[in-house]
Amino acid sequence: MTAIIEVSHLVKKFGDYAAVNDISFEVARGEVFGLLGPNGAGKSTTIKMLTTLLNPTSGQASVDGFDIIHQTTAVRHSLGYVPQALSADGNLTGYENLLIFAKLYDLPRAGRDARVKEVLSFVGLTDAGSQLVRHYSGGMIRRLEVAQALLHQPHVLFLDEPTVGLDPIARQAIWEHLMQLRAESNMTIFLTTHSMEEADSLCTRIGIMHRGKIAAIGTPAELKAVVGGEQVTLNDVFVHFAGDALESGGSYRDASRARRTARRLG
Amino acid sequence: MTLHEHDVQHEDLARVNTLSPSPQKAQSPLAVLTNFVRKTLVIAEWEVRKIRHDATDLVMRAVQPALWILVFGEVFTRIRAIPTGSANVSYLEFMAPGILAQSVLFIAIFAGIAIIWERDLGVIHKFLASPTPRGSLVLGKALSSGIRALPQALVIYLLALILGVKMNFNPLALLGVLVFVVMGAGCFSTFSLIIACLLKTRDRVMGIGQVLTMPMFFASNAIYPISIMPSWLQAIAHINPLTYVVDGLRSLMLASTPFNIVNVSRDFGILLIVTIVLVTIGAMLYPRIVQ
Repeated sequence: MTAIIEVSHLVKKFGDYAAVNDISFEVARGEVFGLLGPNGAGKSTTIKMLTTLLNPTSGQASVDGFDIIHQTTAVRHSLGYVPQALSADGNLTGYENLLIFAKLYDLPRAGRDARVKEVLSFVGLTDAGSQLVRHYSGGMIRRLEVAQALLHQPHVLFLDEPTVGLDPIARQAIWEHLMQLRAESNMTIFLTTHSMEEADSLCTRIGIMHRGKIAAIGTPAELKAVVGGEQVTLNDVFVHFAGDALESGGSYRDASRARRTARRLG
Repeated sequence: MTLHEHDVQHEDLARVNTLSPSPQKAQSPLAVLTNFVRKTLVIAEWEVRKIRHDATDLVMRAVQPALWILVFGEVFTRIRAIPTGSANVSYLEFMAPGILAQSVLFIAIFAGIAIIWERDLGVIHKFLASPTPRGSLVLGKALSSGIRALPQALVIYLLALILGVKMNFNPLALLGVLVFVVMGAGCFSTFSLIIACLLKTRDRVMGIGQVLTMPMFFASNAIYPISIMPSWLQAIAHINPLTYVVDGLRSLMLASTPFNIVNVSRDFGILLIVTIVLVTIGAMLYPRIVQ
């Protein structure tokens, strides 16, 4: 298997603070890679760099063979991105939200309408497509965003905490769609999450980030083996590698973002 | 879901990509330009679709200029305190274009707040992660502000007609008014966007907007001619873009002022240059808003 994401000595500093501190890893084509870690570990910063939203302070990375600093347009064509906040525009219908992005991604006019309807039906929003997104539930918005990220058939799908703030049923729906995607296509999925059970069941490989570093990386089974013992869960692995997270805590920004999401969900 | 069917296209795309290792440089200038214009229009289309679903905002915005014309304009026309530069131009006529320019400024200068709101929602993250030129994102926003300002022009025309102001209904002049309104709104909203990218919070953008609107309004020729100002204020008025919006609108809107192509072209040229400079700066700063 060839690597579709290559990260080499990537660093991002905000002032003196290194949010991402010299990380290197690879993700193979077709993998479902989960980046785990406590709040403020640098997961979102890493995703922002890989999706060309943020320039690294130093180091290199490539997505689908394109350099994230110098070949940004090609990188952007290769990736689909679901940001952390529920970001669909409430003043448009679900269909319109997708239509705007279909145009931004240069989908040919001929197949555009069909493709929008196809992704809407994939996430089970065919009937809700003509409704304004402001009447959607949180889970529906998230599904719409997954649909939007799939419009242009990206080679890599980035999801930043796709299930945060969703109720268990909505979470389940999102994961089922991602599982289906994994089964039906060879799309590489790169996601961050707090949910160990979800990462365990979906991801083929997991990286645990802590204080800007990759503390551990491997398949769920490998990581469990490192910690040892019969009944080891991924939760134990997480605590093992990021156990002192309580002291470092999440930043205020994380807290306020979570509050915003909660408010939006009502 | 039949993702497999599209794998073929995938392969094609991958092949194109490998053929041109640096697709950003491989495109012809014409292709770059058409792409830029197309994407700019998509961003503006987004705004138009929003307005189509909910236009209450536009109605609310029409109240303020209506009050200025009805109350301030009517009173100051009667006391004849302010010279209009010509005996056959009433004060109401003189100020109508000024109030249109003012309402354009007052709305556009707060466009940055909407940008911050969209940043908080993550909308801007998605736009920035898409293969859309940054300049298109910023110019599209400017155009959106311009579209939102057009109903203001309609309100001013209606009120002016009701109050007996003789307007110029030459189609070319009307078109010129549209151009000036859109460019004025685009110019001020991009200025606001730049402030938003630098200051990053709603409160600060709101504060700066409030600090700027009044001086920009009063240090312009919107409600009195520049000639009656003290010289230091005249200097400020001459570097104030609002002055050129007002001047252009005044030449185009009123039936009583002789149309002066040289003046209008000068106003247009100055506004165009300011807008281009601001959009360029905005495009460079725009990615900062998500950082």
